[in-house]
Amino acid sequence: MYQKKIDKIDLLGVKEVDFNLKEVVYFDTAASIFINSLREDFFQKNIKTNILVTNKDIIDTLELVKNTKKKLEPLPKETKKTFLEYLGEISYDYYRGFLAFVLFFGKVFLTTLSYLASIKNIRYKEIFFEMNESALKALGIISLTSFLVGLVIAYQSAFQLKIYGANIFIVDMLGISIFRELAPLMTAIVIAGRSGSAFTAQIGAMKITEELDAMRTMGFDPYLFLVLPRIIALMITMPLLIFVADIMGLLGGIIVSYIDLGISGSLFIERLNEVVAPKHFFIGLIKGPFFAFLIASIGVYRGLMVKNDTQSIGFNTTKSVVESIFAVIVCDALFSIIFTNLGI
Amino acid sequence: MQSLINLRDVRTVFGTKVVHNGLNLTINKGEIYGLVGPSGCGKTTVLREMVMLQEISGGEIEVLGHNLSTISNKEAQKLRSEWGVLFQAGALFSSLNIKENISLPLKEYTDLSQKMIDEIVKFKISIVGLKSSDALLYPSQISGGMKKKSALARALAMDPKLLFLDEPTSGLDPISAREFDALILKLRDLLDLSIVMVSHDLQSIYATLDRVAIIDEKKIIYEGDLKNIKNSTNKFIQTFFRSDFE
Repeated sequence: MYQKKIDKIDLLGVKEVDFNLKEVVYFDTAASIFINSLREDFFQKNIKTNILVTNKDIIDTLELVKNTKKKLEPLPKETKKTFLEYLGEISYDYYRGFLAFVLFFGKVFLTTLSYLASIKNIRYKEIFFEMNESALKALGIISLTSFLVGLVIAYQSAFQLKIYGANIFIVDMLGISIFRELAPLMTAIVIAGRSGSAFTAQIGAMKITEELDAMRTMGFDPYLFLVLPRIIALMITMPLLIFVADIMGLLGGIIVSYIDLGISGSLFIERLNEVVAPKHFFIGLIKGPFFAFLIASIGVYRGLMVKNDTQSIGFNTTKSVVESIFAVIVCDALFSIIFTNLGI
Repeated sequence: MQSLINLRDVRTVFGTKVVHNGLNLTINKGEIYGLVGPSGCGKTTVLREMVMLQEISGGEIEVLGHNLSTISNKEAQKLRSEWGVLFQAGALFSSLNIKENISLPLKEYTDLSQKMIDEIVKFKISIVGLKSSDALLYPSQISGGMKKKSALARALAMDPKLLFLDEPTSGLDPISAREFDALILKLRDLLDLSIVMVSHDLQSIYATLDRVAIIDEKKIIYEGDLKNIKNSTNKFIQTFFRSDFE
């Protein structure tokens, strides 16, 4: 603002400028830099400048700024990347990320081999701990979500089925959709959000505090102690969780069918036995270990990718959840195609 | 004198940045050897290379007679049980308490009974100057100094011949830092250790080190004892060792 005012002053014919600093009580380096650059301006326009000052401190400050300025190097310019450089950098990052992921899978595979080589190598304690921590403790929330999803689906379709008087077909619909798709997907999504993110955050924090390095120097391979137990634990427990989700989802359906459509519980179960083939149930369960592998390995991999700063944990946890849910849905779509083509 | 660690023409490259080029050093049995240098010169990197946390881009590292570039998995695993490493912030396993932290390597690598392991843990806890009553505390419940002592006890759990310390006195108050120096000297005599440490702390350097290597400009610019160091003309050495603590 002052600069503008100063620029507006007509300097034509001015030969000499005085800076009167006699009344100034406090004078900081910023003011000094300002005065200094003004003087340089005037100097270039062949205007003489005088500083009227009595306070010794002010002179010192002015001198300091003037002397430092002679030695100053310009700040490095932030180089702007061209679009091509930017694109190249991103693609290279993705390429590196892909390589790191392949490396991760290679190591997981090698560690699995060492598990298979000797039964003594298997970390039972860690596996059981993780089964409890990341799966059994999720039973409550999984039961609740699948119960509610069963309830909502049944309620919505009951309304439509009533119009056609096709009340009893609600059993076919609920049975197949819950067994085949809804229960496995809901379970996978809850586990990805709950346990996958926990894997990333735990392992990421361990990386920042150098615990992973400490393990390595002590000869404890993190893949053996941290990675594989988590993957195995989730692969074992996932089908069990899906089974619970099946029951709870159907329970929601049965309640709505009874209240809304007047279908009694025993009739519902009877009809379920008649029309829904067991294969639908088993297909849902088979998806479990595959989903679990994707969720656990992405969660752990993201944890290992954490760099030595705090932001990195948040970034990788987000990525872990997003990527594992996406991977689960892609995997589910693949299963759909495969099973349809196989005629199952 | 028997040499325990040999680095020959070690080269380290991060991306496009060359950190070390042609780095040579020798660490002998029974000595306390220090790695000193300006920040960013790669002291900790050298330490990480010696304990197989970081791969080198060229040259050779030999630790206790094993060449780290050609070492087999099995030998590497054995080598790891012959050294102890103390990380800068301790790096205790946060899910385990002090006792479990110290007993972990014993449980994994030995067939000792629980009673025997407890005895060993008690001994290690007292030798580093912790109280037995602290044994059941978790890393989040103890102070920085105690963390370092516990981590030192864990590093000593398997009675290593070789101990690596990454800035052992950083983050400690001056009194605890001097205590830690004294502890290191005591342990060296008591357990017949050879110690490699990275340090910034001049007092600690003068109090503990037998020999020192100064890393600057990508290589070792001085290796030897501390008496002759002031004769050096290097700018870093001159500024760093200017003050008197002897």
